[in-house]
Amino acid sequence: MSGSNELSRRDFIKVTTGIVGGLIGVALGLPSVSYLIDPALREGGKDAWISIGKFEDMQIDRPYPFSFTRVQVNGWERTSSSFGGYAVRKSDDPKDLLILNSRCTHLACNVNWSDESDAFLCPCHDAKFSKDGKVLDGPPPRPLDVYDEFRLSEDGQIEIFFKAG
Amino acid sequence: MWKKVYEWLDERLGLNDMYTNLLDRPEPKGNWWNTLGSASLFLFVLQGLTGIFLTVYYTPSPDHAYDSVQYIMEGVAFGWLIRGIHHWGATLMVIVVFIHLLRVFITASFKFPRELTWLIGIGLFLATLGMGFTGYLLPWNQKAYWATTVGTQIAGSVPFIGEFILKALRGGPDLSALTLQRFFSAHIWIIPAVLAGLIGVHLFLIIKHGESHFPTKED
Ligand code: HEM
Ligand code: FES
Repeated sequence: MSGSNELSRRDFIKVTTGIVGGLIGVALGLPSVSYLIDPALREGGKDAWISIGKFEDMQIDRPYPFSFTRVQVNGWERTSSSFGGYAVRKSDDPKDLLILNSRCTHLACNVNWSDESDAFLCPCHDAKFSKDGKVLDGPPPRPLDVYDEFRLSEDGQIEIFFKAG
Repeated sequence: MWKKVYEWLDERLGLNDMYTNLLDRPEPKGNWWNTLGSASLFLFVLQGLTGIFLTVYYTPSPDHAYDSVQYIMEGVAFGWLIRGIHHWGATLMVIVVFIHLLRVFITASFKFPRELTWLIGIGLFLATLGMGFTGYLLPWNQKAYWATTVGTQIAGSVPFIGEFILKALRGGPDLSALTLQRFFSAHIWIIPAVLAGLIGVHLFLIIKHGESHFPTKED
């Protein structure tokens, strides 16, 4: 730099290289981040009404098991996931139902109804839930989840509203 | 503060020396043709980065390869951009590396003491072609399938050991899941490792010998 204020040829090259490199970096870097996190920003599958069985088949005070699968497109593949639960009928009124999700609130194993123990038992860490889903024993932090949106269809089926995600 | 950190690092790593030797070394008078090696290096890095990103979604299996590429193009944000750069960059890299080779040949820069640089360069060119050959199969579409059928068939026409070469390339007598898998492995691990190693030696030799002068009338 010959003591002048003007940019020397070498500094000019350094600065342009820096700027051009930075621009390329940003132009490629930002789309790349978006590309990587894209699946995390997607909505899950669709919400739907799903029938779980005839109301007349459900006996009062006896947990009625049901299960269903939902298929979801993940990238280039269809993944089906199973869900299940128990409908506990209280009276003749189809509104008087408690529909429990059988997913254990501890670490997501499936609980099963046991007539002997008169409770839902979890095979994974020996949790015990009462007929109305309360924790009786074991590590789960809260009662079983409940499908609280349900209806009786015209042909006598109980349908629950399944929220994706 | 930063100055202290820098000095500490410099004393141990020799950052200043590295800078002078790598980026501020003297060059003979040249022209734009001398930049093609650096351009090749840039393309290699670019292909490496976009390639790594592609493997986040690409699946090298006959029943999913095509769909996963389709997903990259239409399902993921900027998938078209990443694949586009990798796709066109591949062709560009072959061209740029080849012109770099031609320029070294035309300016007779392959002579003593740069014969090894030249030989390694030949290896780099062949490996670059290998990247193109193995990468072309990966989308597993009609063009890819038949191009590889033909390509491996040509390799199979070598006398005596032709059939063995064909089977080794395909992982059996036919194009199959094994072919796709070994081409994938070659494309993302084996050939890039070879390229990276060769580039390292290539650049070491260039820095050691400095760039050649263009020949003058007296030469
Ligand atoms: C992946 C491909 C390659 C990369 C990244 C690469 C990189 C480089 C770089 C950065 C230079 C410095 C000077 C210049 O750009 O002209 C160079 C020089 C050189 N390259 Fe390559 N190169 C590649 C392929 C080749 C090929 C295919 C050949 C020839 C068969 C070759 C032979 C040479 C020789 C002999 C020199 C020394 C030229 C001189 O000193 O004037 N290179 N290379
Ligand atoms: S998952 Fe049910 S008790 Fe742990």
